[in-house]
Amino acid sequence: MVTTIDPENRPFVSEASVSVEIETEGMTLNIGPQHPSTHGVLRLVAKVEGEQIFNVEPVLGYMHRGYEKLAEVRTYPQVTTLVNRIDWVSGFANEIPFMAATEELMEIEVPQRALYIRLILTEMARICSHFVFNGAYPLEIGALTPLFYAMEDRERVLDLIESVTGGRFHPNFNRIGGIKPAAGAGPTTKKDIQDLPIGFYKETQLAMEKILAAADKFEDLVGGNEVFRARTKGVGVLPYDIASSYGVSGPILRASGVKFDLRSTTDYLPYKDLDFEIPIGENGDCYDRWYVRLQEIRESAKLVLQAIDAIPTGPLQTKVPKVIKVPKGEAYVRAENPKGEMGYYVISEGGLGPYRLKIRTASFSNISVLPWILEGVLIPDLLAIMGSFDFVLGDVDR
Amino acid sequence: MKKIRIKIPGFLKGMFIVFSNLFKKNVTVNYPFEKETLAPRARGVIALDQEACTSCMLCARQCPDWCIYIEGHKELQPPSKPGGRPRSRAVLDRFDIDYALCMYCGICVEVCPFDALFWSPDFEYSEYKMSSLLHDKAKLQDWLVTVPETVGLES
Amino acid sequence: MSFGLELLLKVGVVAAIAPAMALGLTILEIKGSAYMQRRPGPLHVGLRGFIFPIAEVLKFFQKEDIIPAQADRSVFKWAPAYIFVSVFGLFVIIPASPTLVVRDLELGVFYLLAISSLSTIGVLTAGWSSANKFSMIGGLRAAAQLIAYELPLILSVIGVVIQAETMSLVGIVEAQKEWGVPFVLAGQLIAFLVFMTAATAEMMRVPFDMPIGESELVSGFLTEYSGIRFLLFYISEYINLFVMCAIASTIFLGGYHIPFLPLDWVNFYGPLVLIGKTFFLGFILILIRWSFPRFREDQLQSIAWKILVPVSLANIFVTSIMKVVF
Repeated sequence: MVTTIDPENRPFVSEASVSVEIETEGMTLNIGPQHPSTHGVLRLVAKVEGEQIFNVEPVLGYMHRGYEKLAEVRTYPQVTTLVNRIDWVSGFANEIPFMAATEELMEIEVPQRALYIRLILTEMARICSHFVFNGAYPLEIGALTPLFYAMEDRERVLDLIESVTGGRFHPNFNRIGGIKPAAGAGPTTKKDIQDLPIGFYKETQLAMEKILAAADKFEDLVGGNEVFRARTKGVGVLPYDIASSYGVSGPILRASGVKFDLRSTTDYLPYKDLDFEIPIGENGDCYDRWYVRLQEIRESAKLVLQAIDAIPTGPLQTKVPKVIKVPKGEAYVRAENPKGEMGYYVISEGGLGPYRLKIRTASFSNISVLPWILEGVLIPDLLAIMGSFDFVLGDVDR
Repeated sequence: MKKIRIKIPGFLKGMFIVFSNLFKKNVTVNYPFEKETLAPRARGVIALDQEACTSCMLCARQCPDWCIYIEGHKELQPPSKPGGRPRSRAVLDRFDIDYALCMYCGICVEVCPFDALFWSPDFEYSEYKMSSLLHDKAKLQDWLVTVPETVGLES
Repeated sequence: MSFGLELLLKVGVVAAIAPAMALGLTILEIKGSAYMQRRPGPLHVGLRGFIFPIAEVLKFFQKEDIIPAQADRSVFKWAPAYIFVSVFGLFVIIPASPTLVVRDLELGVFYLLAISSLSTIGVLTAGWSSANKFSMIGGLRAAAQLIAYELPLILSVIGVVIQAETMSLVGIVEAQKEWGVPFVLAGQLIAFLVFMTAATAEMMRVPFDMPIGESELVSGFLTEYSGIRFLLFYISEYINLFVMCAIASTIFLGGYHIPFLPLDWVNFYGPLVLIGKTFFLGFILILIRWSFPRFREDQLQSIAWKILVPVSLANIFVTSIMKVVF
């Protein structure tokens, strides 16, 4: 069939549009397990178009050490030595919820002096962890000097922890029923009680004053810098409803505007007797997360100064039998770790060790938000956001 | 006349902080030539007092890593009073701590009922071969001289 | 002296001085930054660590030459050469005194821009030819950044050219001698700041070191280079620092001239004065490097196009008005 084109009604060629689309596929960039800026061995498989990311998938498990299985073949005092190493930056704070859970199952009461010493050491661990953040976060953004200043200030606190417990990162200082007195395990021990050594109060006071001055220095050096503000303000905004639905906790949740701190709502440690503020942020961007942690350093230093004045005298550990057997039952205790909320769920069948220990770590839930928050950002912003989340792979993978 | 306050831009304050640190002393301890003194409770190495040990095996059982190896036998000793019966005493054959496995937790030092194990802050015992990290009882006895005196307590 | 002999002499002097100055700046950078961070830096190499640049250069000579299997071999090998040639070429116009200059070109400032833009090709080919996605990202960022910052670099100098009425660098120094004050005080302060910012970006130093984003791209376009090829990049970066600071001190700070010194001895104190001013500017750039984080690349570009170019154009406008009126 021949079609003739009617000269009156022929279509305009200019109306027939030919669309040519240049097909581009995104590049799959593997921000791999070995990278200077993931805090450990975290792998992010990112689909990138130019420099803009449109999909991120985190791959975990490169550092899984099998804590929950290891705890099943150990006795209760031995589990404490393992549990230190989950979040290795803040060593002391990991032991506390486990101790609280076991003490709740055994229904014993911890003496006040032991609780105050636990509080002092936990706040020192919080200062250590936040100083690592303050040193490493500007390093990822590009400023190379604050790392050295942060490490210098952190050494002061680590020396204090070492003078009390003997270890800097893994103190192993908690015992069921209190803290370690090392007073006599048998008939002929003449070992001394390992209470706080002489000079501890004076040195702690000097160190905390220097830490308050160091926090001011960081606020000027890092926070006052216009480049740092341009890199972090408005970047990675996390609204509070998304944060709470994903289970985010700790300074990240507080930076999004939620005034929720387990230190003032639960009573595993005597925070109710002391006076401290809970810093919250306004926008939920990276700058607020950094600023909340800086304020927390100041609050922790003030808490330590108050606790030293208010510490009561008394025994360090309640009487517990030499071989500890915990009665049957289950207990779950949540605590405010430097990274967020940490919880231990202990199921005991009456044996020498736990039947099942489930560890709920803060960083694992915190990085579940990453695929949501990293959509549509540029690659440098990915590093700024990941750095501001302040996770540690030991905490994520256990 | 109104005072005009010129606001110094933030990065100049930061640059001034970095510049002023140029003239302060450095905080590094130049390790092989200068050494830091550690706290007396610092956990460096474990020292053994052989006379006090009775091979009760409590430390070997409680160690989370099972890094203490103990073997011993019983010996008869002459009686303390003439006419009494001979007493048996435990003598150590082998007491090894494998420092390649030890995680410096301190449980063995704490549970020993006879004050035979002590902490010492000495940490310079690295070796070229991993098998030399197994310290036998003679070496553990030698560490006893480095154990510091106990300092007083705050309360 | 015949032309060939003079050429050989000049090339020899430049080839000897350039690495020496680079090593001097390396000492200033690494030891200076170490003291700024309250640590001693390299200490056991030589006399308190101050001869470590020589040790570092010798270290690079004995390293293995690794070329990735999927890299484009000839492009990979030639990339450092572009950068090396461009920074060496800039030595031709720097005057150490009115007569101690390799060649005092009439178009000195024009030659400056032409030669310094060769390094863009080197960086881009280095990033592209290493078979590495991160290097490619670094190379593309570098291309965009270097092209964007060449404009403020040259526009800020045009204000000085208008004021001095000549493009040759010796002529500019002589004009400053006539004026009595160096150009940075004689109305070109804003141009000086723009030039230093653009020079920092051209050298890809912090705060503009996105292409070598150390915590993101692990050295960016340089990642796959090792051994002598990396040494070429490394030395070119420090020679570039020296040359840019030397040009800044010639154009804005007065070059080899210091008032109140006898003019007959200028051949002796001229080089020393120039080196002193250059190291002073180099120290300021090193201080900036160690106290600033780095900009994101879209912030970089917006600084170049939205702030620096209009400011330097306004500077030219004002300078030419002042020149005509006064």
